Amino acid sequence: MIYLRLIWSYLKIGLFGFGGGYAMLALIEREIVGPGWITEQMFTDIVAISQMTPGPIGINSATYIGYVAPAESSAAFANPFFGILGSIICTLVVVVPSFILVRMTGHLIARHRDSVVVKGIFSGLRPVVVGLIASAALLLMNTANFGTELTQQLISVAICVAAFVLVFFAKIHPIWVILMSGVAGLIVF
Amino acid sequence: MLTKLFLTFFKIGAFTFGGGWAMISIIEKDIVDRNHWLSREEFLDLLAVAQSLPGILAVNIAATVGDRIRGLKGSIMSALGTILPSFLIILIIAIFLTPDLIKNNPIASRVFMGIRPAVVALIVAPVISSAKSSNITWRTIWIPIVVALLIWSKIPVISSPILYIVIGGVAGYFTYSRNIRKIAENSSSDSSSTSSNP
Repeated sequence: MIYLRLIWSYLKIGLFGFGGGYAMLALIEREIVGPGWITEQMFTDIVAISQMTPGPIGINSATYIGYVAPAESSAAFANPFFGILGSIICTLVVVVPSFILVRMTGHLIARHRDSVVVKGIFSGLRPVVVGLIASAALLLMNTANFGTELTQQLISVAICVAAFVLVFFAKIHPIWVILMSGVAGLIVF
Repeated sequence: MLTKLFLTFFKIGAFTFGGGWAMISIIEKDIVDRNHWLSREEFLDLLAVAQSLPGILAVNIAATVGDRIRGLKGSIMSALGTILPSFLIILIIAIFLTPDLIKNNPIASRVFMGIRPAVVALIVAPVISSAKSSNITWRTIWIPIVVALLIWSKIPVISSPILYIVIGGVAGYFTYSRNIRKIAENSSSDSSSTSSNP
């Protein structure tokens, strides 16, 4: 049953999603693209759409994947009703673990914020989170995103490098970089 | 009050691009400066809690702030307010911008062919900035590299991100408490040696 598996996956994503949206992408890729519920390209497209719309990437991707995954899993779920149901379920489930933890452990963490346990755990998580984001970037460097033919690959690498320079050095907002790369794609391909 | 909480977070959810980090300063302005629901110290304490929990930072902040102001109902309304705008916007996009359309429409497919490599760049940039802000040194740089390569390998079990989150937390606790003990021992041996040598 696709819905039960989506719930299980999004519970894991919500419970172990440390380090913000980009670090969460590694988990989403593993849990959602891994079983083949959405394609590699769709995953990248969702990241792009999430960047261009307001709100956290974790919510945006849960809503989109919840809508798309049922129809992708079986033709019986092609009706929009099943998509809307999926998006409601995924969006709620991804926030449930943190919501319960906020209620139950919030006071505890506030009191022990400077304890060896809390400080130690986060000192160990920090370098792992950097690795998680790096793995998400590595996983997306594939033929689904860069193309299979050499000319498309060369153009794709050029777009990627240009986008990196614009975001990292010129500090251009990601929304503009995505818009520019979309226009570039329309002209070049 | 509950409606006001809901509307405040709804507005923040609807107009903030860039996720949790971009939202923090706007939430602070609305909650602390404009509505005086919390003092700045209270807000910063709650922010520290929200950041230490897993999940979506913006929702964690909304839930902790709502909880402090109005209890369980407050945290539910604040969290719903944060979630609802993105949920509605993405739902509309998902209904119209279907995977089939992106694949088969000649314009949409070319636009996304250009966008996809740029998305990769958008994720490479935070790797570097988060490495800087996490104080990664030459002694610890192997950790993110090994973690990234093992997850990338897609080998069953050892490519699970959850595995490294758990290992990182446990290893961090043991290394940190050992270092603290060492510092404590050194300083106590220092003080004993200075006291024995007048």
